[in-house]
Amino acid sequence: MSATLELAIEGVGVRAPGMPDWASAREVFNGARALSAEPLVRPAPALLAANERRRAPESVLLALAVAEEACAMARRAPRDLPNVFASSYGDLAINDYLCAVLARAPFELSPTKFHNSVHNAPAGYWTIASGCMASSTALSAGPATFANGMLEAATLAAAEGVPVLFAAFDVAAAGPLADVVACDQPFGAGFVLAPPSTAGVARLRLSVHDRAVAESVPLPAALEALRGRNPAAAALPLLNALASGAAAGFDFALHGDKDLPPSALHLEISF
Amino acid sequence: MFIATLRLLAAQTYTSSPYFRFRTLYLPARIAPLAVTAYTATCAAGHGSEAIARALETRRGGLTDNTFSTQPLECKIGRIESLEQIVLPDALARFDSRNHRLAWLGLNQDGFLDRAHALRERVGAARIALVLGTSTSSIGETERAYRELDAQGRFRADQRRSEVHQPHALGLFVQHALGLSGPCLTIATACSSSAKVFASAERLLRTGLADAVVVGGVDTLCDSVLFGFNSLELVSRQACRPFDANRSGLSLGEAAGFAILERMPQSGKVEKAAKLLIGCGESSDAHHMSAPHPQGAGAERALDDALARAGIRADQVDYINLHGTASRQNDEVEAALIARRFPAATRASSTKGWTGHTLGAAGILEAAISLIALERGLAPGLLTTRDLDPVCGPQIRIDNAEADLRIALSNSFGFGGNNCCLAFARADAL
Repeated sequence: MSATLELAIEGVGVRAPGMPDWASAREVFNGARALSAEPLVRPAPALLAANERRRAPESVLLALAVAEEACAMARRAPRDLPNVFASSYGDLAINDYLCAVLARAPFELSPTKFHNSVHNAPAGYWTIASGCMASSTALSAGPATFANGMLEAATLAAAEGVPVLFAAFDVAAAGPLADVVACDQPFGAGFVLAPPSTAGVARLRLSVHDRAVAESVPLPAALEALRGRNPAAAALPLLNALASGAAAGFDFALHGDKDLPPSALHLEISF
Repeated sequence: MFIATLRLLAAQTYTSSPYFRFRTLYLPARIAPLAVTAYTATCAAGHGSEAIARALETRRGGLTDNTFSTQPLECKIGRIESLEQIVLPDALARFDSRNHRLAWLGLNQDGFLDRAHALRERVGAARIALVLGTSTSSIGETERAYRELDAQGRFRADQRRSEVHQPHALGLFVQHALGLSGPCLTIATACSSSAKVFASAERLLRTGLADAVVVGGVDTLCDSVLFGFNSLELVSRQACRPFDANRSGLSLGEAAGFAILERMPQSGKVEKAAKLLIGCGESSDAHHMSAPHPQGAGAERALDDALARAGIRADQVDYINLHGTASRQNDEVEAALIARRFPAATRASSTKGWTGHTLGAAGILEAAISLIALERGLAPGLLTTRDLDPVCGPQIRIDNAEADLRIALSNSFGFGGNNCCLAFARADAL
């Protein structure tokens, strides 16, 4: 019924508590190291100058760090890649600041915080820092943000026949919003998707189905717990499979509305 | 395949421009046109395409004094007065917010709700993707929750609604309202958001991952944007005057719009008057978070890509709905781009004097206005502008004109240097 897109995954990046980069994440996935409870150190993407890193919102640092790591592994120049930045909530700390100031003294709103509050702030900083003039998209899709972001990036790569950067990330909630949204740990994952080739980390096949998500092999308990604490951590099964190097297939729900028929994004990777 | 999808740019297009050094070396390949099988829009100038067309024709705008913000801020706004009275149906009541009331009002214009339901019956709920754009989604409701925190500094029980307090709230609401179950995402690239939905939809249809796409965008007035743009000193005290020599900033507005995109029938036969999406171009300025590239390099790249995907030359464009916010910088850069790339016969205008700048909804609203222009042979001028900035070429006109319009472009540029250009045509133009 649905078309199948064939792509390659050329690069991967990760930032999460206990997984400060892809190399250490692989050790965790392969069981060489337990997932430590250490909080994620504030990411420091090399694309930003030191003073920009000090001022940049956490969501920007997280997104740029995983994007940069994925591009480096793919040996692709950031400036050449159309990019898709997916986040369920945007920068929750800036939203908290914005709403708190507006409730108290709206004329005191900081113009910098205001322009940093746009959902495409990480995409904007990325294109400015890398000199990238290609298409840049920022999106959200609730609990299915990772799946729909992957679909958007894969569709772009397949339709245009070019490598595409995809980053999925969310930072921990702050202030009163923390009671309302399910996100209390930072998590970011970056990928470079490209037209199929023999190079790259893995081959990727992607399709859309009108069915419920099939049961997949459960992750180790610590990783399973992390998955429930950040919508971008939906990437974990894919990252786990990429680390193990064994062919795998899995489903991601394309929406979370229980009153509607289900649909799923199906991914298969092989090496 | 990689090479086959790209084609070398035509050299003469570039040597005519002093800015060719900024350009990409390659242009994208032509795409198959898509049928726009339904569309609607609602804004301060009118609810539904008929009312908006009448407002354009009779030059009656929708900007009024700001009595909306929680503290007084002297400016004009494009406010939709009836939103306070709208009650969502019971099945949608948990989504209640100003943005979703406007989404509901918008879905109920031009028979769009019925069209979407008929589409679902014909194509199947899972084969229809939903791609929407917004810049602030329901943050107005989050602002309200912060103003009404309980004694412990927490959201009141009736505000603990995760389906409202997130950027994708719009997507969740419309998906539920239309009963669609395919891919569903909300693009939020500030003021280009609901222009880019057309580009995403085009790719979903081209790759066969969907058989139809409902696109749209909704943004509503809220303190965040009024005081936010005010903090950047971009809000005019008077009604915005796009491309006026004495323009003094933008007027904020609110709008909702939706469209249905489908592949052309295999026979290729469509009615002469059918409306088509023929091209789209997306780009980044790589320059500044809240100021445009001074030479319009990103905007020009989006234009080049849209023309290339449409397979048309600039001189085939009859009307351009410009971004034209009436900010000093945007209008200067955009007017210069139009002046250097289009012949005098191409008409161009910004309709924000009628509607205000509707931010994340501007893309879909102005796409709808471009379709209205093609349908009715009406090229809107500039409603509020008195003295054109000398930087404007002959393309940008104050007066409306009746003309045979066959191809129209719509520009949308957002914070972060995020640009999108859309190309629409009447079927008999191709």
